[in-house]
Parts: sequence; structure tokens; C-alpha cells
Amino acid sequence: MGSNAALEPINETLGVYSQLFMLLAAMVYMVVFIFFALDLAKTNKSISEMDAAALKEDEKLLVSAGAVARPGRGRRGEDSRADNVGEHIVTDKMEYTKLSSSRKMARIAVVLMCLATALHGFAVFARAFAANRVPWGNMYEFMSTGALVVSVVYLVALFFKDLRFMGSFISGLVTLMLCGATIGFPTPVGHLVPALQSPWIVIHVSIAVFASALFAISFAMNVLQLMQHARMKRIAEGQPDKMPFMRVVPGAGALENFAYRLNTIGFAMWTFTVIAGAIWAEAAWGRYWGWDPKEVWSFVIWVVYAGYLHARATGGWTGPRSAWLSIIGFLCVVFNFTIVNIFFNGLHSYAGV
Amino acid sequence: MAKNKQKAKNRGDAPALGFVGFLRWIWTQLTSMPTALFLLLMLAVAAVPGSIFPQRSVNPELVTQYLDQHPVAGPWLDRFQMFEVYSSAWFSAIYILLFISLVGCITPRIKKHAKALRTPPPRTPAKLERLPQYHSMEVMEDQPDTPTDDQLIDDAYKILKKRGYRVERRDDATGRSVSAERGYTREIGNLLFHISLLGILATAGLGQAYGYGGQRVVVEGETFVNSLVSYDSFSPGSNFSADNLQGYSVKLDKFDILFDRDSKDYFGQPLDFTAHVQVRENPDAEPVKQELKVNHPLRIDGADVYLVGNGYAPVVTVRDGEGNVSYSGPLVSVPQDSVYTSLMVIKVPDAKPEQLGFQGFLLPTALVGEDNVAFSGDPNAINPQLQLNSYYGDLGLNSGEPQNVYVLDTEKMTELNSRNLDAGGIVLGAGDTYELPDNLGSITFDDLKRYIALDVNYDPGKWPIAIFSGLALLGLIISMFTPRRRVWVKLKNEDGRRSIEYALLARGEDPRLERESDELQKIFDKAWPLASQEQDLGAVNG
Ligand code: HEM
Repeated sequence: MGSNAALEPINETLGVYSQLFMLLAAMVYMVVFIFFALDLAKTNKSISEMDAAALKEDEKLLVSAGAVARPGRGRRGEDSRADNVGEHIVTDKMEYTKLSSSRKMARIAVVLMCLATALHGFAVFARAFAANRVPWGNMYEFMSTGALVVSVVYLVALFFKDLRFMGSFISGLVTLMLCGATIGFPTPVGHLVPALQSPWIVIHVSIAVFASALFAISFAMNVLQLMQHARMKRIAEGQPDKMPFMRVVPGAGALENFAYRLNTIGFAMWTFTVIAGAIWAEAAWGRYWGWDPKEVWSFVIWVVYAGYLHARATGGWTGPRSAWLSIIGFLCVVFNFTIVNIFFNGLHSYAGV
Repeated sequence: MAKNKQKAKNRGDAPALGFVGFLRWIWTQLTSMPTALFLLLMLAVAAVPGSIFPQRSVNPELVTQYLDQHPVAGPWLDRFQMFEVYSSAWFSAIYILLFISLVGCITPRIKKHAKALRTPPPRTPAKLERLPQYHSMEVMEDQPDTPTDDQLIDDAYKILKKRGYRVERRDDATGRSVSAERGYTREIGNLLFHISLLGILATAGLGQAYGYGGQRVVVEGETFVNSLVSYDSFSPGSNFSADNLQGYSVKLDKFDILFDRDSKDYFGQPLDFTAHVQVRENPDAEPVKQELKVNHPLRIDGADVYLVGNGYAPVVTVRDGEGNVSYSGPLVSVPQDSVYTSLMVIKVPDAKPEQLGFQGFLLPTALVGEDNVAFSGDPNAINPQLQLNSYYGDLGLNSGEPQNVYVLDTEKMTELNSRNLDAGGIVLGAGDTYELPDNLGSITFDDLKRYIALDVNYDPGKWPIAIFSGLALLGLIISMFTPRRRVWVKLKNEDGRRSIEYALLARGEDPRLERESDELQKIFDKAWPLASQEQDLGAVNG
């Protein structure tokens, strides 16, 4: 029934430590952001140098091989380095390659990000233990815990895929969320109000946060996809490459497919979130659906992403068009989480604001 | 007309087929994917105004207030049904079209898939090596247990079948092979999802029609009997009949609130609301003690009773100028803040010679501030006090117009007690009595009770909707995470050297196709003595 657990006293000291570590984490994330940004900036420079060096090496090879034609490109054979000029450093499967492992700044950024996430994780868990409940009962907690999920999902994904090209977006987003939480909604540790004392808060909110984290990552990919698309078009027209750093980013098609996969998982989770929310609303307010502003926007998000999935199956709507739908979908998620929580009054307005 | 016909014919794509043809053309358009997509996006946009403007179905008072505050824009918004978005003509039009489109879309797909389920996997292509996932392996002939062709085909058949493929043996001009396909459930999941959406829409409407909802305030000691007359407000569905009201009753023994007393930051915030009630399932049943809490409604025989609000109900006795008791009992007051400073109104139409009215505040824990104004210092009733103004004259109850019980209409009344008058305001501690000026009567503050506000809801569509939602989610997961793949395994015999080829083909998005291919390779390696795995065409030359 939850009510007895809620009566255990708050550990205020632990709560203060939590807040301190949250600030520390935010600062480290900021540094991570800088390193990821440096990586992109450096890539701009070093790629041009690398291209020049590769061309030179190729020339040498050609000379030593005499007039013999270059062997055809085997499937897994060693490509001539010069073949990579204008191509992506990150493969379309987003795997780590020799070329990509030379990015020192990015490596520092990842190490620091692990540190920041550890600090952040401590802060969130300390708060949970201080209050003896799940750490998502008000805006401050939604944002700080949500940011942790984004960061952890990203780090876990980094094990499998070379997603460092998204590092500045993710660390920037996480920094922003932590600053938003600590500056916008500073909230001391406290008990849950009776309306939130339900097992459903564990299920409904955690899945919602998870889905939002996935939407955030695919949002970033769709934005990059549009940039890549525009860049490739310019290159194809013979114009100079104004964004060489985009070469650490996979091709537009690969981004689109990867974002799509994340979005399908996100959509299934969001569907579950809405259903679980309806079940909770039935138990708390006596109706499963009442077009409360929060319900309206959850519905809008759901329909936009359903539209996105349809677009992917509709001729002429794949590529940039469906990417826009995914971007709009994520903007709705952000809107639902910020503007609706703060300015629209409805039954959900107890989010600690 | 004839000219038009000619033109249409020339264009070729949209021949004029008369009225029926025109309808068919509309139908094709409506059930096409781009239309479905367009309608979905329209639905998203159309839902938004309902979160911006107050909705009658949610809070009619806010709508009235909005209309008062926006005398120009308000009526226009009302004309476009902005205050009842979700039952508006335009919103309904969008979702009805969408669902018609849905029906038109899934019916042919069901037929098509039913046929596909009875069709064997496709023939083996002549040139497997052209497919994206292609491998070729040579059979080692000098082993003691070298399998025969029949065995190889049988093994391949069994292996693929075990991995969930539908399999078919082939023997044609290009040689002997096994063709296999899996992932038929993907389409089934997709259809299940879309059909369940139809189910949700249908049962949502039905549940509302046959259900009812109502509100009622119950003071400690009172009993709520489920019948039409006991509701403060009641909204039946269109097909509701009063016979559907289950005859249960709920008596409120006591209502407890636990406030936070430990926390500095949240001092006085409520932590727990518990209503101790006695429930009778029907008039003859024994009362059963139960606890009613937020998030834990009483579930009685299909109807559900929810705790949605609470407050104080001061018990007062009013005597009129003739000395008769003209009112006695609890009065529901409306909390205004977190320390339960509560607004209260007393109307005494039976008082003689003049009708009496009171309005003011209940302070659960009265303290006096520096500016000499009393305020409530705590939500619990430690030092309860009534601070009232009084009036005499005409309460205006006889006009027949419905009146808000929480508002005193003082237009035709004369002020008797207030701060501004010599007589001053009425201040009553627990048990105190105050004699009104001019011998118009007296008022006594007898006792303080708590009340709870109940929502009662009966919605027979709830369970079907829950089931359809679950099915929709299930269908979604099945369709999203079931890959559709085809596999062909083929025997080759060149100059007595036998080899096995196999190839995979994804139908639609399938990031794990390569992994499946590796998996199959491992299984084949285990099943047969294979000499070499010449996967890489490029390596042959070396
Ligand atoms: C009530 C409105 C609708 C909603 C919310 C909706 C939602 C969805 C969702 C979420 C998917 C992707 C999940 C899956 O593959 O199972 C999907 C797929 C699909 N929908 Fe709908 N749908 C709706 C109406 C329609 C209509 C009217 C049509 C036909 C015109 C349609 C045709 C399809 C098709 C063909 C797919 C499969 C696409 C693929 O292969 O990826 N849907 N729909």
C-alpha cells in the first residue's frame, strides 16, 4: 500500500550530498561536452591532413607497383587509403575502425563521461535512499533521473557502436537537463503526496523516461541525418564540403535506419506508458481517460510517432520527410515535459512546481 | 459532359466510370497509405486545442469563466466547438474517416495474408550467389559418414523447420533444394494491432453509453446510499437506466489525514488520506469495514467509489428571532489553502421573522498575526474558530433558479455583523454561542467534523478496453520485432564434387540477418562434415 513506507523519516544529510553530487556531475558533463566539441573541431582539421597524407601514400604505392593495375577491391580487402577521401570515418554499421580510434579528444570525453555518470548515478541513488522511494516524484527528479537514463543508455550503446559522433549532443542535453533541474526546479527531498503513492509510479514513469531517452537519441540521429543529407547533396553538386566534421558521422541512410529502430522500441514503450497511465488514472481519478492536458499531449506524441512509422512504410515519405516527423515527435515530448507540466493546469500539476 | 469524358479517357489514369466508379475512386483514395498518414497527422493537430482551451467535459466552470473573460473571442471559439474538442464535429470527422480508412485498409490485407498462409515458400532462385547473404560449402566425401543427397536435403529441411521456418522441398531444373520462409506472424501482429484499435474505439463509446458517474460529499457519521436522490451531481450515459444502480451503501466512520511533521521543507504537507468506511453491498448485507484511500478505490459490484477530496464540516446550530432552532447540522466548507482555511456559507431560509445568512471562514488552528488579523496556523483542528459575517433579509431562494450552495447572494439582504459595523464580525470558538444583534437569533459552533468527496463511476467498457489495449500492444510488439526472412539451401554437384549453397533474404528492415546467417553456418558445420567454407568470392582467385 506504500503509505507505511512513506512514513519512514527523510535522511536530510544524504539529500544534501545528493544535491552536491548532482552539481559536480553537471560540471563534469560540461567538460565532457567541451571535449566532444573539440573532437569535432579537431576532426575538421585532421581529416584534411589525413586526406593529404593518404593521397601521397597512394601515389607511392602506384609507383612501386609499376604499371600493374590496382587490384579490385576485395570485400574485406585492404582498401587504398585514398578511397576514403570524402567518405565517412564512421562506417554505416557504426563500428569502431582503425581510423576512428585515433580520436584522442573523443576518448578523453568518453572516460570523463563515465566519471560524470558515476557521480550522477550516486546523486540519484542517494536521493532515492534519502527519501526511501523511487527518485521520480517531481520535476527536479524527473529531469535529473531522466538525464541519468539518457547518459547510461548512451554509454551502454557506446560499447556496441561507435556513437561518439553524438557525444556533444548527448552531453549537452544532459548538462542542460541537470542545470534545468537544479536552477529551474530546486526541490528538497520529500515524501510523495498521496496521489503519487502507487506502484504505478514505478512502472508508468520509468518506462516513460526510458522511451523519452530513446526518442532523444533518435532525434539527434534524425537531425544529423538531415545535415548529412544536405551536405551530401552539396558535395554531389560539386560544391566544397563545408562540414568536414560530418565525416565522423555515418551516412544519412544508416542514421535513418538506426533512428528508426530506436523509434520503434521507443514507440512500443510509449504505447505501454499511455496504457499504464490509463490504468493508473482509473485507480486514482475514477476514469481511464479524461483529456487532461498531459493525456492530450501523450496522445499527440503517440499519434505523431504512429504517423512516423506509417511514413516509413509510405512511398515518397522516407528519408528527410519521415525524419522531420521524428523531430516533431521529440519536440512534442519536450513540450509535454516542460510547458505542459509548468503552465497547463490539470490533474498532473503536482509535479513539484 | 461528353467533352470531360473524352479528356478523362485521354489522361488514362482517372477514367470517368460514372457514379459507382467515382465512389470506388474515393474509396481507393481513402484507404491509401498517404491518406491514412495525412489523417493521423490531422488527428494529432486537432487534439491540441483541447489542451489549450478549457473543456466542458473536464471543467464546465472554467469554460464559463473563460467566456466571461473573453467576450469577443469566447463565443467564436465556442462556435468552432473549441470547448468540446473531443466531441466536436471536426474532431469526430477526422477519427471516423481514419477508422473507415483503417477498415478499408485491413480487410484486403486479412484476405491477402490468409492466402499467403496457405501458400508454400517461394521457389529457389536460379542464382543464389546474387543474394546479399550467400555462402557455399564443400562436402568432405572421404569421411565414413558422408551424407547422401537425400540426407542433406532432409537435414536442411529439419534444421530450418526447427528454427521456425516454413519449409518446402524443391526439385527442379536447377537442382534439389529447400526453400524456407519465416515471419508470417509479423503481418498477423500488425493486423491484430489495427483491429484492436477498432475495438478500443467501439468499446469506449459503448462503455460511456451504458455507464454513469456521480459525485457526493459525505460527512463523518453519514451514510451514502447508491440511489439517484443521494447524488450531489449525476451524469448518466445515454443508455443508462436507474435500474442499473447497484443498491450498496457506504458509511463514513472516520476520516484521517496524516500530515508531515518531520520535514522542515514540507511541514504540514499531507502524507496520507484514509477514510474508514463500512460498506454494505446491498441493503440486506452485513456491513464490512474497509479503508478507502487515494489510488485505492472501493470496488463494489462493478461500480467504483473514489476518494477525490476532503475538508472540514463545522456543526452549527442557528436559532431564529423567535427562539426556535431553524438550522442544526454539519456544513461543508471549502478549503482554500494548505492549512485548510475554509470558506463557508450558511443559509437559514426557515428563520423568522427574517431569513438569515452567514458567510466567512473556518480556521482549524486560529492564531492572531501581528496585524491583528486571525489566520490558520495548522491544517489540524487544534484551535478551531469560525469567523463569520451575518445578514438578514431575503436569501433569494424562492425565485426557483438553482443556486450555488457555496455562494451567498446578499443583494436583497442587510448586513448584520461584519468588521465594518459597530457590532463587529462573529468569532466563535468550539462550543461558543453568539447572540445576533437586534434579537434576530443566535448561532452556536457545536462540533467539527471532516467530510470526504466521493466520485462514483460505473463504466462497463473498462474491461474490454483494457483487453483491446493489451492486444494492441501485443500485436505491436509481435509485428515490430518479428523479422521476415527467406532462406534457400541448395545442393550442387560439379564433377563429383558436391557442395551446399545457402542464401538469406530479408523482407523489410532486418538488422540481424547477418547474425542469422552466422547461426545457420554454425549449425550446418555441426551437422555435416564440411571441407571448406568458401564464402569470399574474392579469395577464390588467390
Ligand atoms: C487509427 C489509426 C492508425 C494507427 C494509430 C496506426 C498505427 C500504426 C503503427 C503504430 C504501425 C507500426 C507498427 C506495426 O507495424 O504494427 C502501423 C503500421 C501499418 N499501418 Fe497503421 N495505423 C492506423 C491506421 C492505418 C490505416 C488507415 C492504414 C491503411 C491505409 C494502415 C496501414 C498500415 C500498414 C500497411 C502498416 C505496416 C507498415 C510496415 O510494414 O511497416 N494503418 N500502423
